[in-house]
Amino acid sequence: MADEHKLEIFRGLIKFKSNTQKIWGVLILLTIVTTVEVVLGIIKPEFMMESFLSMKILNWVFIILTIVKAYYITWDFMHMRDETPALRRVVVWTAIFLICYLLWILIQEASYIFNTYDQGYIKRDF
Amino acid sequence: MSSTVSTSSQNEGWSGGNKPMKASYGKLMMWFFIVSDALTFSGFLAAYGFSRFKFINSWPIADEVFTHVPFIHGQELPMIYVAFMTFVLIMSSVTMVLAVDAGHHMKKAKVTFYMFLTIIGGLIFVGSQAWEWATFIKGDFGAVKTYGGNIIQFVDADSDHRVALKDFAQHIPSERVQHESKKGIWFMSESTLSSYTLEEVIQGFKASPNLVVRTQIIEGNHKTVLSREESLRVLRENGSYVVEGANLRDNEYGTPLFADFFFFITGFHGFHVFSGVVLNIIVFFNVILGTYEKRGSYEMVEKVGLYWHFVDLVWVFVFTFFYLV
Repeated sequence: MADEHKLEIFRGLIKFKSNTQKIWGVLILLTIVTTVEVVLGIIKPEFMMESFLSMKILNWVFIILTIVKAYYITWDFMHMRDETPALRRVVVWTAIFLICYLLWILIQEASYIFNTYDQGYIKRDF
Repeated sequence: MSSTVSTSSQNEGWSGGNKPMKASYGKLMMWFFIVSDALTFSGFLAAYGFSRFKFINSWPIADEVFTHVPFIHGQELPMIYVAFMTFVLIMSSVTMVLAVDAGHHMKKAKVTFYMFLTIIGGLIFVGSQAWEWATFIKGDFGAVKTYGGNIIQFVDADSDHRVALKDFAQHIPSERVQHESKKGIWFMSESTLSSYTLEEVIQGFKASPNLVVRTQIIEGNHKTVLSREESLRVLRENGSYVVEGANLRDNEYGTPLFADFFFFITGFHGFHVFSGVVLNIIVFFNVILGTYEKRGSYEMVEKVGLYWHFVDLVWVFVFTFFYLV
């Protein structure tokens, strides 16, 4: 088992000599991404506060960075990179498909309810 | 059925003894459990998203809620402590994967050491979460809830900073004490009384000319602040009771749904971390006792490791949706 690890990330851009080294490399990557998120969250750059596809650009950046982190946790810490393509697809696509559906239907419905409120059908306090 | 089975198919998969997708039974089942648990968590987070988009213009701003860091008082440091918690959890994921790696090389001492570090990381995280909860429940400024169920907060008109009730509420002597079942009617009781009555807050507000009311409604990137006259009117006509901190019914930072989801999702995640720590401790002792050495494989470390990384993975999402977005 020991030496079956694939030791490159970024499609071969960075290659590691051992599995241990790869783990530290991924830790550095995850730390950098988290730091970027926190710094952006504190500064909140003005140009990122514009709305894009009904959400602030900043929030889109956060979500994309989160998915990047999720990818490296799954691929390198959970060794998904070393599993067979079949196992990878069974786990990842099932989850992604169901989660996308769930998110779409709930968020869609929520926006509708918001609009109903917003157009004055419900008495608000102010 | 058996009549249709040819002898050659016995070696091709259904007769047992082989590993589908080259993963052992235990590992495959752990992956399937993780998928279903991931769907549970996405159900929670999607429900959170639902409520948030439903109240998109009145949701609390997380930066104003989670501003505390242990041992540092009186400073607003949004996200610093959660960033620390995230780092602790990622770090314990790293020690876990190092333990798995050491297990592959059958190095018992190293596995023991890394498992120990992982458990410590998990405990620090759960402890931090408990502290985070305690701070949130206690609250810091206090607010007033209206009859319509909205929260009004008090800010300084010049600086736009929130002002705590204790800094302006007047003291009006009163006989009112908390009704406990042992003191009054035995089958009735009430929740803890707030430190100030609504009347004390209103009188204090009248006496401080620089105070105004801030509502839940977000305009642009800020909450709406009312004029002094409007503030007085709203407070007098709509004010129902004083809210301090957060619980499942009231939340001084805004809609109670925010607190409900916070307690439920971080609580469910914290429960996962806790169970992960328990599993890690069991495996830790098995490693020390040499169970896996005798078994000839440290796969159990790998399986528990998968669960532990999953807990980290979920936290990455909770962090984004509760603290950043």
